[in-house]
Amino acid sequence: MIKRFALFAITAMTGLAVAAGEALAQQYRSEPWQMWFQTPRSPSAERINEFHNLVFFVEAAIVIFVLALMAYITIRFTKKRNPVPSKTTHNTLLEVIWTGVPILILVVIAVPSLKLLYYVDAHPDPDMTIKVIGNQWYWSYEYPDHGEIAFDSILIPEEDLQPGQPRLLTVDNPLVVPANTNIRVLQTSNDVIHNWAVPALMLKLDNTPGRVNETWFNIKDEGTYYGMCSELCGVNHGFMPIQVEAVSQAEFEAWVTRAQEQFAENGDIPDIYAVLEEIENNDNRLAQLAE
Amino acid sequence: MAYGAAEHHDDHHNPTGWRRWMMSTNHKDIGTMYLIIAMIASLIGGAMSWYIRLELAEPGIQYIDDFQFYNVLVTAHGFLMVFFVVMPAMIGGFGNWFVPLMIGAPDMAFPRLNNISLWLTAAALIMLVLAGLTGGGPGTGWTVYPPLSSIDFHPDAAVDFAILSLHLAGAASILGAINFIVTIFNMRAPGMTIHRMPLFVWAILVTAFLLLLALPVLAGALTMLLTDRNFGTNFFNVAGGGDPLLWQHLFWFFGHPEVYIIIIPAFGIVSQIVSTFSNKPVFGYLGMAYAMSAIGVVGFVVWAHHMFMTGLGADARAYFTAATMVIAVPTGVKIFSWLATMWGGSIDFKAPMLWAFGFIFLFVVGGVTGVALANAGLDYVFHDTYFVVAHFHYVMAIAAIFAMFGGFLYWLPKMSGKMYHEGFAQLQFWVFFIGVNVLFFPQHFSGMAGMPRRIPDYPDAYYGWNFVSSIGAAITVVGTFMFFVLVWQALRSGAKAEANPWGEGATTLEWQVPSPAPFHTFEDQPDMTGKAPAE
Repeated sequence: MIKRFALFAITAMTGLAVAAGEALAQQYRSEPWQMWFQTPRSPSAERINEFHNLVFFVEAAIVIFVLALMAYITIRFTKKRNPVPSKTTHNTLLEVIWTGVPILILVVIAVPSLKLLYYVDAHPDPDMTIKVIGNQWYWSYEYPDHGEIAFDSILIPEEDLQPGQPRLLTVDNPLVVPANTNIRVLQTSNDVIHNWAVPALMLKLDNTPGRVNETWFNIKDEGTYYGMCSELCGVNHGFMPIQVEAVSQAEFEAWVTRAQEQFAENGDIPDIYAVLEEIENNDNRLAQLAE
Repeated sequence: MAYGAAEHHDDHHNPTGWRRWMMSTNHKDIGTMYLIIAMIASLIGGAMSWYIRLELAEPGIQYIDDFQFYNVLVTAHGFLMVFFVVMPAMIGGFGNWFVPLMIGAPDMAFPRLNNISLWLTAAALIMLVLAGLTGGGPGTGWTVYPPLSSIDFHPDAAVDFAILSLHLAGAASILGAINFIVTIFNMRAPGMTIHRMPLFVWAILVTAFLLLLALPVLAGALTMLLTDRNFGTNFFNVAGGGDPLLWQHLFWFFGHPEVYIIIIPAFGIVSQIVSTFSNKPVFGYLGMAYAMSAIGVVGFVVWAHHMFMTGLGADARAYFTAATMVIAVPTGVKIFSWLATMWGGSIDFKAPMLWAFGFIFLFVVGGVTGVALANAGLDYVFHDTYFVVAHFHYVMAIAAIFAMFGGFLYWLPKMSGKMYHEGFAQLQFWVFFIGVNVLFFPQHFSGMAGMPRRIPDYPDAYYGWNFVSSIGAAITVVGTFMFFVLVWQALRSGAKAEANPWGEGATTLEWQVPSPAPFHTFEDQPDMTGKAPAE
């Protein structure tokens, strides 16, 4: 937590200076009154979006069809208009049709659905790897391919926000990644289950303690992407956002150089004796409370 | 008539006063008490959701600055509505009241077991309230996922109370399920063959089997969590060689059938209402009955679609995607059969029929979003967003509430002997219908835009639809209170109901006994040979 003020400068370096040349990094997040997905900005997201268009078409057609039938029934078969009810209770052909046609529709959905599932699942040959670790209530990022980079990413409270930084979404140290690169993500957690999610990239995967989950992404457009923890993880579940800066390859390399110095100094690996002391203090406090 | 005679010696051998209720072995009294429990729980659970909507009406923290308390509200709302509103009302309330009446049985097979079920449910409700009042409360969500629900992250006894509450509610449901199965298999009147039972009885039979098979799994998982928390076992603790995902598999093996336990009785109620007010027998009766059975069976093999984002392998997700889609087929059969029942009918749009009509609309809207959610590939966007919240409130929660309102008004004359006020009932329907749609439809938009569930504050971009949603909640509050006014008015000064207030369409046996149904019915067994209603 002490790091926050020191790392404020880094936010500026990564978030703004890195995108030098543009007045302000493009922000990809939801708009007021948004009714649809955020524009997909990765190959996976584009395919998910495209598949959803098909599914949505089917959904809308079914709802409209049923509503039309209901409207017709409401008008045509009232007590007044149709005083003598029919006694029909069977129509084999009709029953076969309304069982068979839905099956056909489902096959039309299922085939592209399964293809999509396998495409999105994992990339066979990623260019680099990052690790995403969930904590109550912040994210830790590590870059195993780039030396000793490891840092925590913590929500900036409302009163400390700079102009243009969205509330509840801005963090002190965003994840910085190169655009147009296949990036493998390995995810786990240090405590409870969290979920790392970025809507514009249509990424979402649980961080489960004791497990390493894998996904991948390839960001098409440079800019700032936002997301929020998507699995209930305790008191501050709503306050551990995800901020991803997608930059050019050259900018990323420059950032790596700076980050290696910056985060090496901070030494994110905790001192075991300090941890033990803290646990003891907590136990003492609890014991006092119990009394 | 034999039934009339039964009415006269009502007070011969019946306990009165508190004994009549506390020690009741009468299926009608027990049913009434279940309905009362459900009404009390619905007010508590409803108040929680309205408080949540109040907090979410604007960005920023307005009222709930203790986020653990917010999580407790979310959790308790789920528990209350599932275990203490819908299940007691549908199965305990309407099931107890009308299964024996519809099959021509004098009571349930095991009346004292019935009494135990009721009071275990009441004890479970008290235990849940205690959980909310203990320490920080259970802020785990109704899914109680470890490690969040473990002793490390919920150190006080709140989660233990919640576990014991579910244990009691589960035991009550298992005993009730046994009672229903035995009653339906053994106590049908002569001529009331399995294939002639009213669809509501079919629905309760399928539900009872789901309860009997699903709840012991929950009980096992809860016991493991309890021993993890208190006795040092490590079933779900990674550090001890356990696995948090084991809990999720066990929980959802119960949890997915659970949503059918909620909605299948609603199917039964809607079938009775649609047939009655269309003045037509149910279209495709056998298809309807076996569609419910098929939904029940398939419901047991789709559980991991709740776990698409847990890192489950792609092959497993492919299977669960395909299996989940299969459910759309029997549910489609049900929707189309209801429409075909109405087709060519002579429909009387009384209030129960409006609720049934509303149910079909909600169920279709929630059903198609279910088809979308079945795709593991789409869950990358939908999982844990408000889209899911909108989906399950449409398809399961509000749809079930609609069936309950419809069933309550449909059977109120039989239960109380009084008619409700038709005009006010229709007004209440429209207020509630508009309320819940304004409340839940915009949540599809928030969810697609990426708003996660279970957060007490949200980025400012989600303000608009959340505000609309909270307006809908306010309208729903009005609709809810109108319902209680409606019931109060009917009980206090409603017109006297005839034995069959609904006319020719109401063919099931309960309409052949007087209104209100006498304390003991069918002391002389009715013979349905050749005249059972359904087929």
